[in-house]
Amino acid sequence: MTRNHIRFLLNGDEVTLTECGARDMLLDFLRIHRHLTGTKEGCAEGDCGACTVLVGRLHEGALRYDPVNACIRPLAACDGCHIVTVEALHGADGPGSLHPVQRAMVEAHGTQCGFCTPGIVMALYALWLTNPRSSREEVARALQGNLCRCTGYGPILDAAEAAAVAGGQEADALMRRRDDVAAALAAMQDGARVEVARGHDRAILPGSVDDLAAALIEHPDATIVAGATDVGLWVTKHLRDITPALFIGHLADLRRIETDGDALIIGAGVTWDEAEPMVARHLPDALPYWHRVAGWQVRAAGTVGGNIANGSPIGDSPPLLIVLGAEVMLRRGDKRRTVPLENFFIDYGKQDRAPGEFVESIRIPLPAPGTRIAAEKISKRPDSDITAVAMALALTVEDGRIATARIAYGGMAGTPRRAPAAEAALTGAPFTEPAFEAAAQAVAQDFSPLSDWRASADYRRLVAGNLIRRFWLSQPEARPEAAE
Amino acid sequence: MRDTATPRGAAGQAIAHDSAERQVRGRAAYVDDIREPAGTLHAALGLSRTAHARILSLDLAPVREAPGVVAVLTAADIPGANNVSPVQKNDDPVFAEREIMFHGQPLFAVIAETRDQARRAALRAKIETEPLPQATTAAEAQAQGLDYVTKPLTLARGDTKAALAAAPRRIEGRMKIGGQEHFYLEGQIALAIPGEDDEIALHVSTQHPTEVQHIVAEVLGVPAHAVVATVRRMGGGFGGKESQMNLSAAVSALGARATGRPVKLRLDRDDDMLSTGKRHDFAISYAIGFDDEGRIHAVDADLAARCGFSADLSGPVTDRALFHADNAYFYPAVRLSSHPMRTHTVSNTAFRGFGGPQGVLLAERVIEEIAYATGRDPADIRRLNLYENGQLTPYHQPVEDMILPRIMDELEASSDYRARREAVLAFNAKGTHRRRGIALTPVKFGISFTATHYNQGGALIHVYTDGSIQLNHGGTEMGQGLHTKVAQVVADAFRVGIERIRVTATTTEKVPNTSATAASSGSDLNGMAALDAAETIKARLVEFLAKAKGCDPSEVRFIPEHIEVAGEAIPFEEVISIAYLARVQLSATGFYATPEIHWNRETGRGQPFYYFAYGAAVSEVEVDLLTGENRVLRADILHDVGRSLNPALDLGQVEGGFIQGMGWLTTEELWWDDQGRLRTHAPSTYKIPLASDRPEMRMRLAEWSENPKRTIRRSKAVGEPPLMLAASVLEALSMAVASVADYRICPRLDPPATPEAILMVAERLKAGR
Repeated sequence: MTRNHIRFLLNGDEVTLTECGARDMLLDFLRIHRHLTGTKEGCAEGDCGACTVLVGRLHEGALRYDPVNACIRPLAACDGCHIVTVEALHGADGPGSLHPVQRAMVEAHGTQCGFCTPGIVMALYALWLTNPRSSREEVARALQGNLCRCTGYGPILDAAEAAAVAGGQEADALMRRRDDVAAALAAMQDGARVEVARGHDRAILPGSVDDLAAALIEHPDATIVAGATDVGLWVTKHLRDITPALFIGHLADLRRIETDGDALIIGAGVTWDEAEPMVARHLPDALPYWHRVAGWQVRAAGTVGGNIANGSPIGDSPPLLIVLGAEVMLRRGDKRRTVPLENFFIDYGKQDRAPGEFVESIRIPLPAPGTRIAAEKISKRPDSDITAVAMALALTVEDGRIATARIAYGGMAGTPRRAPAAEAALTGAPFTEPAFEAAAQAVAQDFSPLSDWRASADYRRLVAGNLIRRFWLSQPEARPEAAE
Repeated sequence: MRDTATPRGAAGQAIAHDSAERQVRGRAAYVDDIREPAGTLHAALGLSRTAHARILSLDLAPVREAPGVVAVLTAADIPGANNVSPVQKNDDPVFAEREIMFHGQPLFAVIAETRDQARRAALRAKIETEPLPQATTAAEAQAQGLDYVTKPLTLARGDTKAALAAAPRRIEGRMKIGGQEHFYLEGQIALAIPGEDDEIALHVSTQHPTEVQHIVAEVLGVPAHAVVATVRRMGGGFGGKESQMNLSAAVSALGARATGRPVKLRLDRDDDMLSTGKRHDFAISYAIGFDDEGRIHAVDADLAARCGFSADLSGPVTDRALFHADNAYFYPAVRLSSHPMRTHTVSNTAFRGFGGPQGVLLAERVIEEIAYATGRDPADIRRLNLYENGQLTPYHQPVEDMILPRIMDELEASSDYRARREAVLAFNAKGTHRRRGIALTPVKFGISFTATHYNQGGALIHVYTDGSIQLNHGGTEMGQGLHTKVAQVVADAFRVGIERIRVTATTTEKVPNTSATAASSGSDLNGMAALDAAETIKARLVEFLAKAKGCDPSEVRFIPEHIEVAGEAIPFEEVISIAYLARVQLSATGFYATPEIHWNRETGRGQPFYYFAYGAAVSEVEVDLLTGENRVLRADILHDVGRSLNPALDLGQVEGGFIQGMGWLTTEELWWDDQGRLRTHAPSTYKIPLASDRPEMRMRLAEWSENPKRTIRRSKAVGEPPLMLAASVLEALSMAVASVADYRICPRLDPPATPEAILMVAERLKAGR
C-alpha cells in the first residue's frame, strides 16, 4: 500500500500535500507557502531556535509535543504530526488575548529586537506545558537551543518564572483540544508507505521497519533520515541532494526502549530526550553530560541512533556507549548482525555499514553495580556546543585495585576511540592517585589529535590527560588528600 | 486605570517596548515578513573561495544555465560606481573585478525565481585564480609591509619618553584582543522594488537608511531623490548594520534595475558571517611607567588593528580605541598611536563600542600590570588613578563630570566586594584545581560621534484631526527601544498618553540626511529633535488658543489629555479639531545639533565628546585549572544613565551589553585557518552566550545621577557603555589564573578567554613564566 501525499495538522487546519521533496523544510513551507511569518529563520542550522515550533506526535497512543527547529525539520517528516506555530498561541480569552507565556514576556521586558522572541515564546510554551513548575536551572536548560543577542536573558528567565506562577494549563487551547488532535492523528496513521516528490527529489516514509528494510534493498544508496538534525544541514548549508531519502523518525517500532536481561535496547529512532529517563535511571552520573548535548530542540528531534550512524568523530554518545560496551544492531533485509560499537567506526567518514543496511537499534549493557562512570565534555561554551574533547570512563574496583577500566574519547582522532595505553595503566593498578597519573600520561601515546577551530592539538592532549586526573579527584577516596 | 496626573507612558516610566506585544505574537514585521510583490525575484551572492588572489577567469555560463536563473550580475553590470564604501574611499567594491581581497568576497550575484535556485546556481561558477601573498593578521600585515587602510592617529600629551625614563618602575608588554561577530538574529536583508523611471524603493534592515539611499543612488548612477530607503525595525544591529547592509542593498537594487522586478537578497547566515565585517581585533604593545604606590606616570602604546581589506569605518573605530585607551584613568604623560592595518580578511566595521572597548581593555591591562607588580588589589590601583575633574584626557578634553568615586563606593558596598575578595583569596589558598577570581572595573565612555557633523537629528510630527499623533524621526529601531523612548518624550511634551502616538517606519522620505543610529546617540539626537517638533506644534496651539480665547499665552497650559485655556480644560482632540478648522498647521519638523563639541584630528585636540557616561561592575568567576572551563558566578552592576527616560529599557541595555561583552571576552572566538579562511562562521562554531551562561546578576541604575549637560530630560546614552562592564569578567578570570603563581605574575590573559586560553596561561604561570 503506497500513499502519494503527506498529511498533517497545522495549527487548526488539516494540510494535504502531494508535492513534497526530501529537501523541503518545514520553515520554508510555513513562511513562503503559508505566510506564517511569525516563525523566523536565524541560522538555518538548528542552533539559534528562532524557528522553534511545536511538533505533536503520537507514540503508543500518547500525544507528546516537543519544540523543534522548523529550519531543519523536513516537511515530509511532518506526516502525521500536529505542527503548532506562534500564530496559534493565545490566552484563555481567545485569539487576540495573550497567552500567559506571551504576557509574561511582555511584562518582564523579555523582548528587545524581537527576532528571537517567537522561538523563545514557543520554547517556553513547551516548557510551560510539560513542566509547569520548572526551576530556574530547568528553564535555562529549556533555552539551551535559543539564542538571544539583546537581552542578556535575565528578563526571559523572569518571564518563564512568571508564566509558571500564572499557570492556566487547563485553559490552554492545545490542552483542551488534546483528545481531538490525538484522534485526528491516530486516524492519519494508516501504516502505508508514503512516497512523495518534488521533481526528481523524492521522499519515502516506509510503513514499518520491515518496509524500511525492503525499501533500503530497493534503494541501497538512499539517505536515511531520522531526526534530520545533521542531514538537515546537508540540505540547508551544503545544498546537497539527498534523494531518495528514507525517513524513519515516525516508525513506532524504532522508538522503543526495551530491557533485555542486563541490557537496554534503544531503537534507532529514539530521540535524546526520549532516552533521558533511561539515562537518569541507569546512568545518573552521565545525566549532566546528557543535558549538555545540543539544545532542547535538537534533543527532541535528534536520535541516539543517528548520532552513531553518521559516524562523526565528535558525536556525543559514542564515547559513553563504547565504555559501556554497547553494540550496534544492523539489519539488511531480514538479515541482522551485531557489531561492537567501537568496531563500527572504521575510519574518519567510514563505518561498518553495508549498502542497504541500517542501524536498527543499540544494545547497551547496563553497568554492574558499583561501576564508576564518568562522562565529560569540553567545549568553548558549556552548553549546546560541539565537543572539542569528550571522555567517558567506566571502571570497577575490587579490593582496592582497579579490576576493569575502559576509557574512550571523542575529538581525539578520526573516530571515537578507546585509549588502550591509558586503560592498561589503570587495569590491575591500586585504586590510588599514581594509577591515574600514569593513565593521564599514557593517554598521550593513544592519540595524535588535530588542531582546529574548536581546540589545538596541545590543548586536546593536555585536557585528555587532565580529565583522567579530574576523575580521580572526584572520587571519594581522593578527597581526604585533596582537602589537606 | 490610568493615573490622571501623569499620562501613561510619559518619559521616565518603565513601560514596555512599543513592539513587545506584536513581537511575542510573531506579528512584528521584519523585512523578510513583508508580503512580496508579485514577481519578486531572489538574489544570492557568488563568493570567493580564496583569501587573496588574482582573478584569471570567471566563467558564469553554468550559473546562467541553472534552473530558475533570470540574471547574473558582475561588476560590468553596475551602471554607477562599483563601490559601497561608507567613507567615500572607493575601496569597497560590490563585486571584486580583478583581485580577490578576502575569502568570502562577493564576485557576482545570481537573480533567480526562488532563493534556493539562486543559492544553488551561485555554486556553479568556475573561478580560476592565481594566489597572491596573504596577510591574515595585523602582525602579518605589518611584517609584509602592507599599507594602512586609512590615516592613522596619534594622541599625545606631555613628554612620554622622558616620563617613562624617569618613572621609578617600568613594564613593557603586548596584548591581543579578539574580534567579535555581531550575530544579530536577523541577518542582512534588502528588498528592492523598482518604480517609475529610475526610482527605486528599498526595505532594508539597516541602522542607516540615509547611507543606503546614497550608496544605492551611486551604484545605480541616479540622484539620491530617486531612492527611498525604509526600515520598520531590525532584528538586531549592534553596529553590524551601520555600513554592512550596503552590500545587500546595492545588490538587490542592481537586480531590480537589471530585471525590472522586485528583488530580495537575504543572506544565508554563513554567507553573512563570511562576507560582512566584524569587531576589529587588536594587537597592542605598551610601555607603562609607574611608582611603588601604583600611580601611573606614563603610558606609551601602539594599537594595531586588523581592519580587513578596506577602510570601511576603521578610521573612526581605531580613533575611538585611542580615545578610550585611558578608560577612566589619568595618564600624566601619554602617547597612543593607531595602526589601521590592511589585511586580506573581511573589512571590519562598527560594533557596539566602536573600538572603545578595545581601548578600555588596554587601560585595564595597564592597571593589572601595576597591581600584580606592586602586589596590591587592582581595585585600589584603579581608585588611585581615577581622573579628577579638570584633568586632561590624551585628546586634551578636560574631564568635568567625573562621578566614578561615588559609583565605585556604592558598588563596592552593595556588592560586598572587599569581603568577597578575601573569601576568594581564602578559597584559592586551599590549592585545589578550582580557583576563583573577582574584579571591580569602571567604565567611562565618551558620548558623541567623533565626526562632529554626524551629531544632528531630525524629526517629523503629524497631529491628525482625531487627536492621534504620528511620529517619525531619523533614528532606527533595532530592539533598543528608541521608538518607545522618543514616543515617551513626545507624550510628555503634549501631556497625552502614549497610546495616542504611533511611531512609523524610519524612511528617507520623511526625515532626510540622517545620521546612523549609532554611537549610543539615538535618543540624545532624535529625542531632542522630536521634542523640537512637538514644541513647534505646541507653540502654534498656544498662540492660536490665546488669540481665540482672548487670553495671555501664559494662561494656556498642557495638562494630562487636555489643554487648559484660562482655567478651562479642553480635551486634547477637541483642541486639535478646532485648530484644524482654524487652519493651524498641525505638522512640524524638528531638528537638533549637539552643541559645544569640536575635534581637530590633525592636532589631536578638541572636545569630541559632549559628556561621559559612567558605570562599574564586580564579577566573580570560577575556573577549573585542569581544563580551563569556567563560569561567571555573579555580577553586580551600578550604571549611570543620567535621569532615565525609561528604566526598564535602560536596564535591558545594561544587562544585554554586559552579557554581549562577556561573550566577546570569553566564548566568542573568530578563528581563521592558515589559508585565511574564517572557519567559525555559523552559530554551530561561533558561540555567543546562552541563558545558562548568565550569572546571578544584581543591577541598578545610579538613580541620583543627572546629566549636567542639557540632554533630553538630562538623560545619558546607554547603548554602548555597558558592554565594557564585562572587562570585570576578564579581570576576574585573570585573577583566578594568577592564583597559580601566588598573584606575583600578571597573567596577561588575552581575550577571548576560552577554556583553552585560560588553561594555557595557567600552564605558563605554573612554569613560572
